[in-house]
Amino acid sequence: MRWYAAFVYLFLYAPIGIIVLFSFNSGNHASDFQGFSIKWFGIALSNPFVIEALKVSLIVAIITAFLSSVMGTMAALALQNIRGALRIIFDSLIYIAVMIPGIVIGIAALIAMANTLNIINPMIDIIWPDIFGNAPQLNLGLFSITGIHTLWTMSLTTIIIRARLQGMDRSLIEASTDLYATPFQTFYKITLPQIFPGILAAALLSFTLSFDDFIMAFFVSGGKTTLPIYVFASIRRGVTPEINAIATMMLIVSLVLLFISQWLNRSKK
Amino acid sequence: MTAQPKSYVTLFLLAPMAIWMAIFLIMPLLVLLVYSFGELAPMGGYKPAFTLAQYANLPTRFAAFKNTMVLAPAGTLCAVIIAYPMAYYLARKVNPKRRLMWLTLIIVPFWTSLLIRTYAWMFILGGRGIPAWLKYIGIDDFRILNTPTAVLIGIVYVYLPLMLFPIFVSLEKLDGSLLEASSDLGASPIKTFLQVTLPMSLPGVATGCMLVFILLMGEFIIPAFLGGGKVFFIGNALVDLFLQSRNWPFGAAVAVTLVVIMLIVVSLYMKLVFKSTKTQDVSMI
Repeated sequence: MRWYAAFVYLFLYAPIGIIVLFSFNSGNHASDFQGFSIKWFGIALSNPFVIEALKVSLIVAIITAFLSSVMGTMAALALQNIRGALRIIFDSLIYIAVMIPGIVIGIAALIAMANTLNIINPMIDIIWPDIFGNAPQLNLGLFSITGIHTLWTMSLTTIIIRARLQGMDRSLIEASTDLYATPFQTFYKITLPQIFPGILAAALLSFTLSFDDFIMAFFVSGGKTTLPIYVFASIRRGVTPEINAIATMMLIVSLVLLFISQWLNRSKK
Repeated sequence: MTAQPKSYVTLFLLAPMAIWMAIFLIMPLLVLLVYSFGELAPMGGYKPAFTLAQYANLPTRFAAFKNTMVLAPAGTLCAVIIAYPMAYYLARKVNPKRRLMWLTLIIVPFWTSLLIRTYAWMFILGGRGIPAWLKYIGIDDFRILNTPTAVLIGIVYVYLPLMLFPIFVSLEKLDGSLLEASSDLGASPIKTFLQVTLPMSLPGVATGCMLVFILLMGEFIIPAFLGGGKVFFIGNALVDLFLQSRNWPFGAAVAVTLVVIMLIVVSLYMKLVFKSTKTQDVSMI
């Protein structure tokens, strides 16, 4: 049994380890290890395309984390108070958003938004005063990527926060109400402190998922390139040590955020 | 929050999610459905129509459906076979003080980039990876990349943590006194396992299989990297139809069919499996 367990851990970590190892390769070929060097990290970080893609990914992930924690928490708070048809509708929408393959959501959003923009852009053109020059045109890009990432992570956030609300001590809320606190005071002083670590953990999770997502962004990115899209396109062109370096950096970002979120989620239990 | 929640507060709290769902989920899915009944415009794209021609055309992509419907269950099966002993070991044999740490180590890779993890196997199985090492010991012409085996390895690697976690949860909850009772009554360890442990862990197995299977149905990256155009899934057909051939109506029909197949399989599965066992909530977060 011990050997089997060791084998499973080896199976899980060896591939990641090999990528990390080869990102420190000084040679020019991705898979002949010639010596230890951090030059590929320098090359990756001085590549303007990588920096631009990293910027896009970070902006999308930060906005996604913020929007999904606010909207997801709001929805979770509301859903604990309602029953009946409205509750069923929202529950189903949340599970549909999580369950439908990302690729289908990406495609559906692509064709829906392409159509909407075809309608909206001429309208902007009409109402835009000529003295300001050409009318701005809306495009697929940051907005659409953030939009579908948030759809997905917001639903996950609601599921996480709701679980936390259910595990919360109701007697404190009842005590607060009995002592004539307004609903807002009760929320601010009792509920929020109890669910806050959960919200932070969900926000970090949303950031990680958005930062790592490839397939949804691939469809609705328009002209924008996120880091996973850049990596995908580079791998298609051929494996280089630079990709290993970018991959290692992406792994580090995910791992750091994951450990912070685990730590936050545990500290209150 | 109060005994009598003010309904306008509730509505205010739900409004952002409702708007978001309408713009990014409901409307897109409806447009997708409408497109699937449309026609291909001469320059590529969509021409409004009401025809079932796109659905009639589905057999031309039969290979993608077949690959998905064979390799997704096969991958799920391989994952459960590898995950179960590991989950059993972690839940029943490991020192409880260390258990959480070992479990976390299993789950950590799941939260790192799917793209990078699949790429790692492309790197290992590719020409300069395992085939090059095998050449040293005299085995020539060993090719594994771009075969169904490579795709299966990728599937097991990527989804093992997701499979293991619910099985672990169900095995950990298992009451130790039941196992003692079974052995006190003279059952051999194998008999105890088959008659007590295994049946009681089936809900976890069922949950794990469903989670993995759902994600595999929409898989794109694993077949794209490890199947190299030879072993492709529905997801790869969709990327081709939308981004290369620009046949949006047919792509929409394929996407709608994928969702319908998924719903049918999942509901049949729920009926068959969860009728006898109890559903369990699983959270990996």
